[in-house]
Amino acid sequence: MKLTASLIRTKFKLYWPLTKSLQTALLLSTGLAGYMTARCPVMHWYDFLGLAVSLFLAIAGSTILNMWYDRDIDAVMNRTHHRPLADGRVSHGEALRLGLILSLLGVALAVLMSPLYGLIVFAGLFFDVVVYTLWLKRRTCWSIVWGGISGGMPILAGRAFGTGSIDGIGLLLAFAVLFWIPTHILTFSMRYFDDYQAARIPTFPSTYGFHATRVTIAVSSVLAAISIAMAGVLIGVQWGFVRLLTVLSAGLFLLAVASVFRPTERVNFGLFKYASLYMLSAMILLSL
Amino acid sequence: MKISVLDRVLLLATGLLAAWQVAVGIVGADTLPMIAYTVSFGVLLVACLLLIILGLDVLESPIVVIVSTIIPLGLSLGLVWEHLPAYRIAYLVFAIAGFLAIVITRLVPRRNRLPVILLASIHGVAGMTIFLLPILWAINGRATPGFSLVGIGGALIGIGGLLLSFLKTGKPILSRATILKILPALLLLMTAAFVAGFILA
Repeated sequence: MKLTASLIRTKFKLYWPLTKSLQTALLLSTGLAGYMTARCPVMHWYDFLGLAVSLFLAIAGSTILNMWYDRDIDAVMNRTHHRPLADGRVSHGEALRLGLILSLLGVALAVLMSPLYGLIVFAGLFFDVVVYTLWLKRRTCWSIVWGGISGGMPILAGRAFGTGSIDGIGLLLAFAVLFWIPTHILTFSMRYFDDYQAARIPTFPSTYGFHATRVTIAVSSVLAAISIAMAGVLIGVQWGFVRLLTVLSAGLFLLAVASVFRPTERVNFGLFKYASLYMLSAMILLSL
Repeated sequence: MKISVLDRVLLLATGLLAAWQVAVGIVGADTLPMIAYTVSFGVLLVACLLLIILGLDVLESPIVVIVSTIIPLGLSLGLVWEHLPAYRIAYLVFAIAGFLAIVITRLVPRRNRLPVILLASIHGVAGMTIFLLPILWAINGRATPGFSLVGIGGALIGIGGLLLSFLKTGKPILSRATILKILPALLLLMTAAFVAGFILA
């Protein structure tokens, strides 16, 4: 019995980093926020729990599949070479099985809850694993658009589960995440430029240069902020929260502008961190 | 300088208080003071988040002087607009012109003392307005006694401004480490005093 518990603990410690827990949690929060924006008059705890579990399984599963496929890249990058798959602590067959099982369970639960919701969850998984990871990531820096589209699926799925349909607000929220993704990923690809070069992954900085990348980040930050603000107004978020969203958006925009005109490693890192905090805060405010 | 967990907690608490103030607004305030207060507390919120993310070393940046001007100017503008109607336009012009003057003198390098004189004058007027107006209004019964807490916040923001200015000039009355150590607590106290003062007003 003790041996089994110890084995489970050991496996959990190895598997947990494969899920990129912070990224998964952030995407999960967007899905839950999407559901909350539907303002359902009656909310059942089991719907909420089902949503959280199905999204977690699908997002974690697709992340593991992504990590499974990219294990050769992770092995040559300084930032990622210590990951359990890259350094061999988890075998690739084991990771593949785990990724597939979690993904299938997540999608299956989502379909059981609502076919439309399940379809969107599946679309997110498909875009992330097949289109982004398997097909485009090693070919073009524009693959992040597809990564962004898959990143926008949890919030669209959550909203669709709450309203029973795909509406304009849901699409606007998905656009917000899509436009936010470059701020997150491109700042990252500048910070770890040498790593991506070593792994021969085409990125915006390596293809178009750092200045063009910073301009892209600034523009996408503005578009993300506009999308979130529009969605907030259409949802009927209280004016106080709209004011707060505006303040946080202004911070994001100013940091993005600072990174264009006064580019430093510190500003870049600040923008990366702030963007995550911004998205989490925006999700909380839209949910209230 | 590495930011400690306690500093992070203090800054987070300050940021949350500022966020709360932005969200609830000031009861009964007109549009312009509401915008002025929102800008002030908004700058405070974003500044706290950046301090948490980037550490206290970010205070070395030359832009801090410009950004830290917005907080007292916005608060004092809101107070004047609400409580001294006869001086509304004059103070609005002063706030805008003062801010632009600080921006220009900080961005265009000058060898004379004009930037320092301008900064001290504009901060001085704004700081004294935030400090004196609520206290005087509370004393002569035009506002509730609790409103004087805004004045206490004004005094604290003045102290914080002085410490930062000394830090920037390179001739601090306290050591750099001491200033950076007390700053997060000072920011929290200042924000708490403002928020409490506006609630009790």
